[in-house]
Amino acid sequence: MLKDKDRIFTNIYGWHGSDLKSAQSRGDWQGTKEVIKLGHDKIIEIIKDSGLRGRGGAGFPSGLKWSFMPKEVKDRPHYLVVNADESEPGTCKDRDIIRHEPHKLIEGCLLAGFAMRAHCAYIYIRGEFYNEAFILQKAIDEAYDKKLLGNNACGSGWKFDVFLHRGAGAYICGEETALLESLEGKKGQPRLKPPFPAGVGLYGCPTTVNNVETIAVSPTILKRGAKWFASLGRENNTGSKLFCISGHVNQPCNVEEEMGISLRDLIEKHAGGVKGGWNNLLAVIPGGSSTPLLTKNICDTILMDFDSLKNAGSGLGTAGVIVMDKSTDVINAITKLSHFYKHESCGQCTPCREGTGWMWRMMERLVTGNAEIEEIDVLLEVTKQVEGHTICALGDAAAWPIQGLIKNFRPLIEERINDFNTKSTKAAE
Amino acid sequence: MSNLTINTKDQFEFTFSKEAEKEIILILKKYPPKRKASAVMPLLDLAQREAGGWLPITALEAVAQKVGLAYMRVLEIASFYTMYNLNPVGKWHLQICGTTPCWLRGSDDILKAIYDTLQIKPNETSKNGDFTLTPVECLGACVNAPILQVNDDFYEDLDYDTTKKLIESLKKGTKPNVGSTKNRKSDPENGATVLLSIKGKKNA
Repeated sequence: MLKDKDRIFTNIYGWHGSDLKSAQSRGDWQGTKEVIKLGHDKIIEIIKDSGLRGRGGAGFPSGLKWSFMPKEVKDRPHYLVVNADESEPGTCKDRDIIRHEPHKLIEGCLLAGFAMRAHCAYIYIRGEFYNEAFILQKAIDEAYDKKLLGNNACGSGWKFDVFLHRGAGAYICGEETALLESLEGKKGQPRLKPPFPAGVGLYGCPTTVNNVETIAVSPTILKRGAKWFASLGRENNTGSKLFCISGHVNQPCNVEEEMGISLRDLIEKHAGGVKGGWNNLLAVIPGGSSTPLLTKNICDTILMDFDSLKNAGSGLGTAGVIVMDKSTDVINAITKLSHFYKHESCGQCTPCREGTGWMWRMMERLVTGNAEIEEIDVLLEVTKQVEGHTICALGDAAAWPIQGLIKNFRPLIEERINDFNTKSTKAAE
Repeated sequence: MSNLTINTKDQFEFTFSKEAEKEIILILKKYPPKRKASAVMPLLDLAQREAGGWLPITALEAVAQKVGLAYMRVLEIASFYTMYNLNPVGKWHLQICGTTPCWLRGSDDILKAIYDTLQIKPNETSKNGDFTLTPVECLGACVNAPILQVNDDFYEDLDYDTTKKLIESLKKGTKPNVGSTKNRKSDPENGATVLLSIKGKKNA
């Protein structure tokens, strides 16, 4: 278990103030100037050495991502964009960083922005986080007041601005290029890649888009050193991570834990265990709604990190752990997710726009059993047709939960169809 | 994607107030001078607040003029994002999350409590026009599920009884404390398992 002294987010539960003075007493904005003195490339090197992987879902090495930015600023300015459009079902970690540790995020913006030679950062926060945006804006204003941001940020001689931009309720804007489109004042529809944002991003300029947690952990890594961060977790899956445990547990909560903690420990030590005991566990969605579910026999031993979950056919995603006990109608649980993706499809690519609606309607019929056995395979085939045939990963994300369901719970679906058909035959007689 | 239904019967003249005009100048400063279009989202939000919770066509036109976009572009954006209402909503806009994490923890009970107190179903407005119920997708506070968003605020850790209580006091025009009904943030209800060595220290 992670020791308190190794925790990055010491105010994640909001027991203490989120204001600048309280944040400084927790170590934020201390030694920032010294870190900047290390220079652009050294900062990127430390992040690379720490093994930090993006916390927004894909797990791409952050240092490497930062190094993709051009080494020289030419006619186009560089931008850092922070993705705070947290909307993945099961995930609520960025909300706590924003409302309880906003200065970690702002300091991270300065350091990451400096490393990639940007003078400006935009934080794109989801519109529903109205009160959180208010707290964050207050923190940004405080930082300007104390000259931690502005023309001579922290006395380093580096000009740095941070602006907050509120979204308006579109999950797809969590996709980095859709976010950039939205920030430019358009519909949030993802762009084709390449070109990647590091080449052509916001306003056609070199841009890096990072998750809130990635940016918020970077100041601590830079101050305590790459070695410290790399000593936590397992090889290639280093550091600590905020986990969100929701659903059928006795004590749903957020907790910062070491990468590679076992799922069982996570649920039993921090979330008060599964309702009705571990043996009452049906399935777990380990990393936000887009990751395929895991059945109990896998949950018994699985470790929570990128590689371990990938090997089990799922993913760490955003580490939003959704727990379902045996009372759950798992077909309906996945149908709710299908409805979510249908609702959130941006409508740009035909397979996703039409497919998500089709899959949801099919799932609705499977919930009642009003279908034929053969249709299960038709549904599976359709998910395969959507997967990989769209510009962004929303099509994949809509397909995977259904594939996971069919893979693990086919007998249950068949049983329900048979029950329905027996009942309707009887009713007809 | 939200459904585009343009309201034609409740239209009224719309102009930004003086305070809003000041605010608009500050908003536009956030973006490069040639990129005024970026301000379309904050301006739509501002217009919606000024117009009483929804966006008549006249407000869309006012925003279009401020950011230098065609009206059709602004309509396109306003109909794409779900938080812009193209039709009037009640004084209390109830937004219920029914995505899996909330559903697992009883969001159906919240719906029932709302129906029992207000006799409205999803996408309906109460007879007196005070309450509108809109089903929404994941609100991003899953460890405090189930959640009901009332206007800008989240009410968390609800159940049938606490929802009923919440609605009853809204009916009387008083807004209860925002946040969890269990007096917590995202820490476990029965006490945290971590950070205990730091908890007591002031500002630690």
